[in-house]
Parts: sequence; C-alpha cells; structure tokens
Amino acid sequence: MSLASAELTYREAIRYALRDAMRADERVLLLGEDIGAAGGPFKVTDGLFAEFGGDRVMDTPIAETGFVGAAIGLALAGYRPVAELMFADFAAVAWDQIVNQAAKYRYLSAGQMPLPLVIRCGGGAGARFAAQHSQTTESWYLSVPGLKVVAPSNPQDAYALLRAAIDDPDPVVYIEHKLLYPAKGPFQPDGDRVGIGSARVARAGHDVTLVATLAMVPRALSAAEHLAADGVDAEVIDLRSLAPLDLPAVVESVRRTGRLVTIEEQSVSGGWGGNLVAEVVARAFDALDAPPERLGLPEAPMPFSPVLEDAALPSPERIAEVARRMVG
Amino acid sequence: MTSRKPRSSAGRPAAERPGDPTLAGDLLAMYERMAQIREFEEQVHTLFLKDLVPGTTHLCQGQEAVAVGVAAALRRDDYTTYTYRGHGHVLARGMDMVAAFAEIMGRAAGVNRGKGGSMHLTDRRLGLMGSFAIVGAGLPVAVGLARAAQLDGGGRVSVTFFGDGAVNIGAFHEALNLAAVWKAPVVFVCENNLYGEFSRVDHTTPFEDLARRATAYAMPAEPVDGNDVLVVRRSARAAVERARAGGGPSFLECKTYRHRGHSRSDPGRYRPSEEVAAWMARDPLLIAQAKLVELGVPDAQLEAVRQAQRAAVARASDAALASPPPGPDELERDVVG
Repeated sequence: MSLASAELTYREAIRYALRDAMRADERVLLLGEDIGAAGGPFKVTDGLFAEFGGDRVMDTPIAETGFVGAAIGLALAGYRPVAELMFADFAAVAWDQIVNQAAKYRYLSAGQMPLPLVIRCGGGAGARFAAQHSQTTESWYLSVPGLKVVAPSNPQDAYALLRAAIDDPDPVVYIEHKLLYPAKGPFQPDGDRVGIGSARVARAGHDVTLVATLAMVPRALSAAEHLAADGVDAEVIDLRSLAPLDLPAVVESVRRTGRLVTIEEQSVSGGWGGNLVAEVVARAFDALDAPPERLGLPEAPMPFSPVLEDAALPSPERIAEVARRMVG
Repeated sequence: MTSRKPRSSAGRPAAERPGDPTLAGDLLAMYERMAQIREFEEQVHTLFLKDLVPGTTHLCQGQEAVAVGVAAALRRDDYTTYTYRGHGHVLARGMDMVAAFAEIMGRAAGVNRGKGGSMHLTDRRLGLMGSFAIVGAGLPVAVGLARAAQLDGGGRVSVTFFGDGAVNIGAFHEALNLAAVWKAPVVFVCENNLYGEFSRVDHTTPFEDLARRATAYAMPAEPVDGNDVLVVRRSARAAVERARAGGGPSFLECKTYRHRGHSRSDPGRYRPSEEVAAWMARDPLLIAQAKLVELGVPDAQLEAVRQAQRAAVARASDAALASPPPGPDELERDVVG
C-alpha cells in the first residue's frame, strides 16, 4: 500500500511512520522482542527488517530493562532508538530505566545529554488478555517530569505523532491501543503533522465537552451520536498528548459548553481525568454549569471473562447517559 | 596541577618489560593521578565534616588504582559509565576539579550546575556518560553505548564500572547477556571491595570470585589485583583491545577495598580490624610507590607529587567554595528541551 492512499489502518500508519523516519534518518533504529523477521507480535514492524536489516531492526532478548537501557545508551551516542514494549504493561519491568534514567538524563547532566528516545507501548483492553496485558498505562508516566506521553486514536495522528516523537529531543512514551491496530481511517501523508502537546477537536459541539484518548475516542464519538439523537450537541476532544497536556484547548471548549466529562481507559484514581478536571475548575470555574464527571475503569484489575471485561469499559451508552444527566 | 590533562597511554606500546623506558613515566603519571584522587576524597570528607557537602558522599579511597588503571587503557573518545562512588572515575579521565568540587557542594560552577551532586558527575566532552546512583542501572546503558560504537565502526569502546553489590540485580544479567549476544565492545569492570553497603559479599552472593558470574555469559573474565595499577592497566588494555578488534565484551573483577565506610558518617565497624589492616597495607598508592622506587624514582620526587596534588586540591576546593549556589531559574531548566 502506498502512502498516497486515502485510507490506512492504524497499524500501517505506525509502520509507515517508522519506515519513513528510518528512510529519512539512518540514525533511527528499532529494538524489541520479535520485531525483526517475525515482524512483531502485532505485525506493526512487518517488512522493516527486510528493508533495513538486522543492524537497524534489532531483535532483543526478553529483557526490557536490558534493551530499554541499551536504547538509552544508543540515544546518548547520537542514535534515535525506538524501543518496542510488546505490551505496555511490560514497562513495569523496565521502570528504573524509564523513570530514573531516561527521564532524568537531561536534567542531571544540566542539559548536556538530551535523550531522543521513543518507547512504543502496545496498550489497551478489549482483546481478552486479562490483567497483565490490557492496561493503557497512560497515567503511570504523568508524575515523572522529563517524559513526554502521547496516545493517538487514529491513523493520521498515529503517523504524525510517531514522526514527531522520533524527531523529539526528549524521551517520548508512545502508547498505542492494540484494539485499534486494524482500524482504518483517513490518511494524508502530507496532512496534519501535529506536534506533541496539541489536542484535537474530533467533533464540534456546544452542550458538553467529552475528553478522551485512544480507544475511548471512538466510544465518545459514538456517545455523541446517541446524544445528538436526543438533541444534545456534544463536543469530543481527543487529547492525543498527555504530557504536555493541551489545557488551553480543553478550557476553551469548556468555556463554551459549561460541562466536562473525561473518559479514560484506566482507573480514575490517579488518572489524567482528575488532573484535567482540577485544572479546568481552577481556570474556568465561572464557566461551569455542572460538576465535571470522570469516567473510567472500576477500581479493579482487568478481568479476563469477556462479559466482565466489556462491563469494565465505559460504553457509549454509559458516556451518553452521564452527559445527558449533566445537561438535563 | 589542576589544569593538567589526563596523560593518555593510547598508542603507547603495551609492553611492560623491566627496563621499558616508558614504564616509570607511565607509572609516575598514574601515581600522580591516584594521589590526586586520594587528596580529593580526603578533602571531600573534610568539607563534609564542615557541613559544606549536602546530602551524602561515597568516597573511594583505596580503590584509586581501578579507575586510574582502566582510564590509562582508554582512548579519549571511549565511553565510560560509573557509579555513585564515582569521584575517582571522573578525575581519572580528567574532570576539572573545581567543577567536580562545586558539583559535590551543589554550586553553580558545578559540572552539572549543582543539579546532580556527588552521585551524578557527568561530562560528555570527556566521555563521562553517566554516573548511576541506582545499583546496576548503568550496565544496560553501557551496552547501548557499546552497540552504538559497534555500529559507528570507529573502534571506540564502552567501559562500565560497578561494585560487587551489582552482580545480583537483574540489570546486570540482562546487560551481560545482551552484550554477549551483540558481541558489543564493552568492558565490565567490577570493583569488588567485598562489601555491598554494609553486607559482606559472601552473605549476598554464593561465591566471592565474582568473575564467575561472567562465564555464564560466555565472555572472558579475569580476577585482577585491583590495587596494583599496572596490573589493572595491563588487564584493561587486553580487554579494551579485544573489544576494539571486534572480539566482544569481557569482564574484569578488580579485587579492592574501600578505606572508608559506605557513605557519609559510616565508620565501617562491620569490618574486622585485621581485614582492614591487611588491606590498608595493600594501599594502591603504597604499591605504586614501592614499584616506582624500584624503578629508580627517588622518594623525594614522590613526596613532591603528593604535596603538589594536595596543594592543587586545596586550590580547587577554595575556588569551588567561591561559587554561588545555582540561581532559581535552574529549578525547572533542562527538564525537557
């Protein structure tokens, strides 16, 4: 498939971003488990080994501390490594390297050593992988200054944000949602080359602002359709970046709608939704017509049984119901 | 002599035959460097007792020969990564003493403008790529630096220092394995000073000869007298040359001893006094001194070296003390670009 296509899957968008970055800059390298000839567990890197060879598409042992640490070393030496964590949950295995080393290198060296490192994380629930392979992990990183965090919901943003992450001088955690890999969406190779830190209005509206990331974005859009049928005009904001956070975009929206609902695929305790609500309340208290609401997962690990997993995830119906109650 | 650059032995013949005309000169240079580190550490301790060093310090008196012997085997463009007991590692590669003292005292003139402190002395211009305060964390990074050197193809190597306490943590094993799989040009230098913090190595590891750890990763490993700087240099040269030539990683276990406790006010009373006495008698400076005298260097010259280093350290310490603390703008500077 060529980049001129008008439609691309999320998986292809990520692959093409890697490919194009590698073509543009020979310092861009990939490291991860089974990403080489096997093409990756989710086939995201399929074909890249054939084009770029084993020196640039490196299979690693199952040793996240080892290869994330090695990626840090490669970045220090002037390369632009992209490390793939097969499942986002595995970041916990490499936690020291991400949080204590990568995030603090620039600061501890007083700016001598910026660290252009991308950590791709296959995140998200819905694939029946149970508690250790289903987390989006978005908020794990948000109390760690020095890290940037992005979480695209569609092919266009997946491509643009990955190119931006690879070009960025700092460590960027790039969270993918595994359920979105086959999802198709419009794509323009020269289209919106969004930078890190900018949210997107996925649907304009003026009654209530729904803010979401990753696979919660299509659910919020679906909720907006339900609401439209009831005469409620919802605005949907796709945050895309969690650090830095595009507060002005959300505040501006809430100033118009007077109502805010956050929808995140993780527990609301310690989530980005709470942070966002606090900021909005502080900056636009006068504009609020109702107390903001946060939707997320129950305070429980993700269960395996499809019935339970489906019940855990905020459904479009539930999102719509909460928003309707706020407007009503 | 604070401004003196490190004397690199790169390009010199590796021979150490008796009568080798370069040997006395090389050893004298290394002795001078070890004396500098010794005086520096004594001064850090003095500053600490005067409450001029915030937080903590981990001093390396007694371990100077490891840092200096390994540094003598390196090219200027080689990478090193090291630990929170790292003052010796950075001085051995030529870090400016004023910048080091100022960093340790949290001053604006510090090499990292006072944002890192004693445990985080870095200077990429000197190949000083990272001082790791988390045990074992530097090893995977060193392997990445080595992988980069391998891809670059310029023969550069990566050397990483760590203590005996690091050999039981996951990062150590992941790094050794990855280095072996990649045949990465990295030299793992274990400074086995027999104590991980306050615990003796035989309480935490099933054997004392830590070089045995490396055999599981199919790389050459050698126990080395870490208090004899010539022995360290010879072993380091062999390992570095092997790495440069594409032979992959190796492991040096440098047996050594820290004269002081683990950190700050630790008097190290958990160590038997006979053990301490035996190791004090094997002080790396005394060993080098004896060898220099044997090679015909007069005692007076060695004493002059010590005096000069003491004076240089005092000057650098005074200069660092004159530096103000960092300005408030440093607080949120250099977090991201």
